[in-house]
Amino acid sequence: MSSTSISTYLNSYSKAAPLAVFRVFFGLLMLISIVRFALNGWIQKLYIEPAFFFSYYGFDWVQPPGEWTYLIFAVCGLSAIFISLGFKYRYAIITFFLSFTFIELMDKTTYLNHYYFISTLSFLMIFLPANTYFSVDAARNPILKAEFIPSWTIDAIKLLLFIVYFYAGLAKLNSDWLFQAMPLKIWLPAKYSIPLLGDMLQQSWVHFAFAWGGALYDLSIPFLLLIKRTRAFAFVLVVIFHILTRILFPIGMFPYIMIISALIFFDAGLHTRILNRISTFFKIDLDAFNNSEQYSFNSSISKNFSLSIVGAFFLFQLLFPFRYLLYPGELFWTEEGYKFSWRVMLIEKAGYANFKVVDPETQKRFYVDNTGFLTRFQEKQMSTQPDFILEYAHHLEQHYQNQGIENPEIYVESFVALNGRRSAPYIDPEIDLTTIKRNLKPKKWILPFNDEIKGL
Amino acid sequence: MKRYLLLFLSVSLLISSCKETNPSGPDPDDFDRKAILENWADNIIIPALTNFSEKTESLKTAGNNFAENPGQKALESLRDEWKAGYLALQHVSMFETPKTMEIRFRNNLNIYPVDTAEVKENIGQGDYNLNLPSEIDQQGFPALDYLLYGLAESDTEILAFYNSGNEASAYKEYVLDLVTRIDSLTDVVLNDWNSGYRDEFINNSGNGANSSIDMMVNDYIFYYEKNLRAGKIGIPAGVFSGTPLPQNVEGVYSREFSKELFLESLTATQNFFNGKHFNSETTGLSLSDYLDFLNTIKNGTDLTQLINQQFEESRIKAQNLNSSFTDQIETDNSLMLQTYDELQKNVILLKVDMLQALNINVDYVDADGD
Repeated sequence: MSSTSISTYLNSYSKAAPLAVFRVFFGLLMLISIVRFALNGWIQKLYIEPAFFFSYYGFDWVQPPGEWTYLIFAVCGLSAIFISLGFKYRYAIITFFLSFTFIELMDKTTYLNHYYFISTLSFLMIFLPANTYFSVDAARNPILKAEFIPSWTIDAIKLLLFIVYFYAGLAKLNSDWLFQAMPLKIWLPAKYSIPLLGDMLQQSWVHFAFAWGGALYDLSIPFLLLIKRTRAFAFVLVVIFHILTRILFPIGMFPYIMIISALIFFDAGLHTRILNRISTFFKIDLDAFNNSEQYSFNSSISKNFSLSIVGAFFLFQLLFPFRYLLYPGELFWTEEGYKFSWRVMLIEKAGYANFKVVDPETQKRFYVDNTGFLTRFQEKQMSTQPDFILEYAHHLEQHYQNQGIENPEIYVESFVALNGRRSAPYIDPEIDLTTIKRNLKPKKWILPFNDEIKGL
Repeated sequence: MKRYLLLFLSVSLLISSCKETNPSGPDPDDFDRKAILENWADNIIIPALTNFSEKTESLKTAGNNFAENPGQKALESLRDEWKAGYLALQHVSMFETPKTMEIRFRNNLNIYPVDTAEVKENIGQGDYNLNLPSEIDQQGFPALDYLLYGLAESDTEILAFYNSGNEASAYKEYVLDLVTRIDSLTDVVLNDWNSGYRDEFINNSGNGANSSIDMMVNDYIFYYEKNLRAGKIGIPAGVFSGTPLPQNVEGVYSREFSKELFLESLTATQNFFNGKHFNSETTGLSLSDYLDFLNTIKNGTDLTQLINQQFEESRIKAQNLNSSFTDQIETDNSLMLQTYDELQKNVILLKVDMLQALNINVDYVDADGD
């Protein structure tokens, strides 16, 4: 692409309606998600009850502030309302991004790709003019009000969705998924009590159909959504696919978020109709926003700033998932570079980690009861992920130092079963984990995976 | 849009009609998970509980006889009933229900080591309340173990506690209270199964953290890990403390039954795994069959065989142990540790491999997944 065509593209404008619809529904769904999370009692259960929290490397300073955690959720929910209304949008979306991301950083036990998606999406939206149309901001500020916005600001969201789907599809191109139908073969038969589908889910060909169908769906859906001719069909697929995942897996609000997000691919006509409906219902004068104005950034500095940030953001999104290539060993086994890469539903891991404490002075040795330190959920996550195991060992070291063992040695006997394989020893049981530093370098104390998973 | 909707409808119609007329692969109705629950309830749990309640009834009668006439003969027959009851308990101890948790059934009947100082104080002062959680280690089979075997070296000296001195009636009263409470707690649990809980248990046959299968399997593994592996072998052998604790053996005062109790419990856990009917050679559906069924889908390792093999390995190791684990620990603790290691291997097979295969959540939090 020549530089003139790039600059032509960057200066082209589209109707603002798609981004406005996206903003309205994004805010609404985020609000519902937060309320649902609170009503399920998960704030208490996941962020207040545990005595210890697992931190991302470099983010140990992010800890749940006890009962104040509720306030963070309240702020997050409130900012979602503001986003939906388009009221003080820039402040609202920044507040949302920060509060939501803070929540996710508090304990990596709860990591989900969906949450990471929300964090990245809300970060991107900070730099997009989603409040120039059909928003309180625009209604109150005629200078801001614009019926047209730069096309790239809408395409940015499409690109992010494209990456999420396509990378999720690429990750499925591995021998476990395609040729063993793993881990679907473990998950689906357990859903026997679902009406109608339950019996089908016991059959091998169904597992393979789901595996290949899922991979094909992820890889093709971004293209099908982009191409005008196939768009409506693609959207039907999106709805079916996500409803199905909703039925089969405990997947929360994510399917609805993806369904609504996919609307961004449609032409402005659809969004105008949606806004018309909403306007009629709430007696809003939609025409007041149709001022034929084009949105321009406050200054060329602000425009260039936004463009460079968004550019850097996408460069990061494209490259970061491939960081696993820097690590030796099987990715699914070591999970080094596994997260933040749109690897969704690829592994089923079960583990067991038995920690042994040795006091070198007295040679006294004993085993740790993990339930005294971790919730069941935390223990489950800990026992299959090396970074968790190490962080927990360090926590134990501190605990037993406080108990009067000056220099405890901590060893772990651990076993992990991956995707239906037999359990195998996971961490070198001879390594004193207190001598290992937490960092991002390859973890040589993970025992090798005695099998091969081919693929990306 | 309508066109695609029509397409979707016809495709789904096609799929569903395919299913009815042309089934392929293994028959989906091959495996009935509800039948596992029925087998567990009707052929294992309720019969084992019924048997146990008969034993506790006899124990109570023997206790009454002993209290009325505390002679050598009554002592011996009470000891016999105690032992029979203790062995029968190993077949019901692993089964948790909301009711057993509410009345802390397992702990009230079998927390050891018994707090002998507290038992003596209870007898001396008479102001005890065995319903209190704080008095959980002053009752049940371990307290009887102490009162029937551990008060003194010889039977004559033991009987003296019940026949002479001003506390003799208090001692008899305490024994009576213990056997009565064991019997009445057992009746509560059995009645609960017989009056509605069975149906509730069987009908809760779905999947999810609170379904019967998930809860039962979690409790079963918990029992295997904490009560069998750790309680009967690991803790007394000093696995968790660094130093052996021979006084923490189950049935420590009777001295000679700890191995028998352990083996009975091992057999009971293996029988449950294989769905073997209580007190019978017949087997019905259980975890082993479920694993076999799932294995026909995924063609993996034969977990059932591995787990049964490991049960056998543990049993073989335990055969070499002294019938008194206390003696075993004091003479050669390494055999205890070896038995522990064999038991430990099955923790991994059950907790990691089996749970993964059955896709059972180890977690009661129904949080979102990816």
